[in-house]
Amino acid sequence: MIELVNALGQATLRAVTSLGHGAFFFVDLLRFLPGSLRRFGLVVAQIYMIGYRSLTLILAAGLAVGCVLALQMYYALVPFGAVESLGLVVNLSLVRELGPVVTALLFAGRAGTALTAEIGLMKAGEQLSAMELMAVDPRGRVLAPRFLAGIFSMPILAILYSAVGILGAWFIAVQLIGVDPASFWSSMQGKVDVFRDVGNGIVKAGVFGVICTGIALYQGYETQATPEGVAYATTRTVVYSSLAVLATDFILTAMMFSTS
Amino acid sequence: MAKKSTETLVGVFVLLGIIALAFLALKAANLASFSAAKQYEVRARFDNIGGLKKNAPVRSAGVSVGQVTSITLDKNTFQGLVIMKINEGVQFPADSSAKILTAGLLGDQYVGIEPGADDKNLKNGDLIKQTQSAVVLENLIGQLIFNKAADAGSGGAAAPAADAASTGSKK
Repeated sequence: MIELVNALGQATLRAVTSLGHGAFFFVDLLRFLPGSLRRFGLVVAQIYMIGYRSLTLILAAGLAVGCVLALQMYYALVPFGAVESLGLVVNLSLVRELGPVVTALLFAGRAGTALTAEIGLMKAGEQLSAMELMAVDPRGRVLAPRFLAGIFSMPILAILYSAVGILGAWFIAVQLIGVDPASFWSSMQGKVDVFRDVGNGIVKAGVFGVICTGIALYQGYETQATPEGVAYATTRTVVYSSLAVLATDFILTAMMFSTS
Repeated sequence: MAKKSTETLVGVFVLLGIIALAFLALKAANLASFSAAKQYEVRARFDNIGGLKKNAPVRSAGVSVGQVTSITLDKNTFQGLVIMKINEGVQFPADSSAKILTAGLLGDQYVGIEPGADDKNLKNGDLIKQTQSAVVLENLIGQLIFNKAADAGSGGAAAPAADAASTGSKK
């Protein structure tokens, strides 16, 4: 019995400690951000790695989701004679929810794991320690540019995801099924607000960018410096990022769209 | 050289993002309607505005010509005061009438403007005098039930006198 209580206490302490550890890490990272802005070349190189190289995956996923959404919504709306709001339904689901969330999940899988593995291996190869020996703080030189690049890339990827999704929906609905193109676009233009819907979607994507990149960097930086440790850290990156994104999304949605 | 091409590709990435944002804002959201051409304002009072909302379209012959900008209650007449903006290029005669209509059975409500025959046109700030309120489904149903009840009531009263007469009156 006492062992059970002991285990519970240990688990709680470990959770709280790692949370505090993560928070300190995050604050440290924020402190290094202005410095990394001055070496913008490093950030640009990371945007290439994190953002540009994720394009194919994000665009393909957006196109597929847009097409499927249009098809399914068409079947659902036909019995009500409400096919003209097909564009609106697809647009709002993409811009408000699916765009930021699915992009963040894919981003965690595509870019987050790469970040964790890269930094974990740097640590295992003692490159980070070598930097410290040369009085270069690896958090400023290695982590901060990646963090900044992640925050910058996420909203762009989410916007592209939504835009491509809407184009995919347009292709399926207007070109293949034959929905009236004028009502497809005008239903969106009448009901989708640039600031409330598109703007909040971008804010969401930015928050997810902070979460995904932050978790990926933390896991990489704090990993056990062994091949096994890096493997665990990579897995944890995906799991924690996805859970954090889903939970945050619910809170953000409740805050942003409660009074419509 | 490798550095240069990285920067170019990042530029392409950011450019794509900007294009997508412009597409979302202009084609798939309402930004275009903010920068629309000049509009003039007209007012109309309705006994009942039904489910009309701000930003609802104003249409004439089904073509969208403007939108509703504010809905308030007129404190003196207890009518709904609807202020709408109509595109400058579209002019209506001063005796035009406004109706609150519904797009389809379950669709949204909008203001329909039916042009009159006056030589003068509506100007900025003018009031549309002839209006027709929204059709409220509950009132319609109430009216139907009331009529049925009235029929049944008169039929019931006449029944003791002559059954044949009441059936005759129904025809």
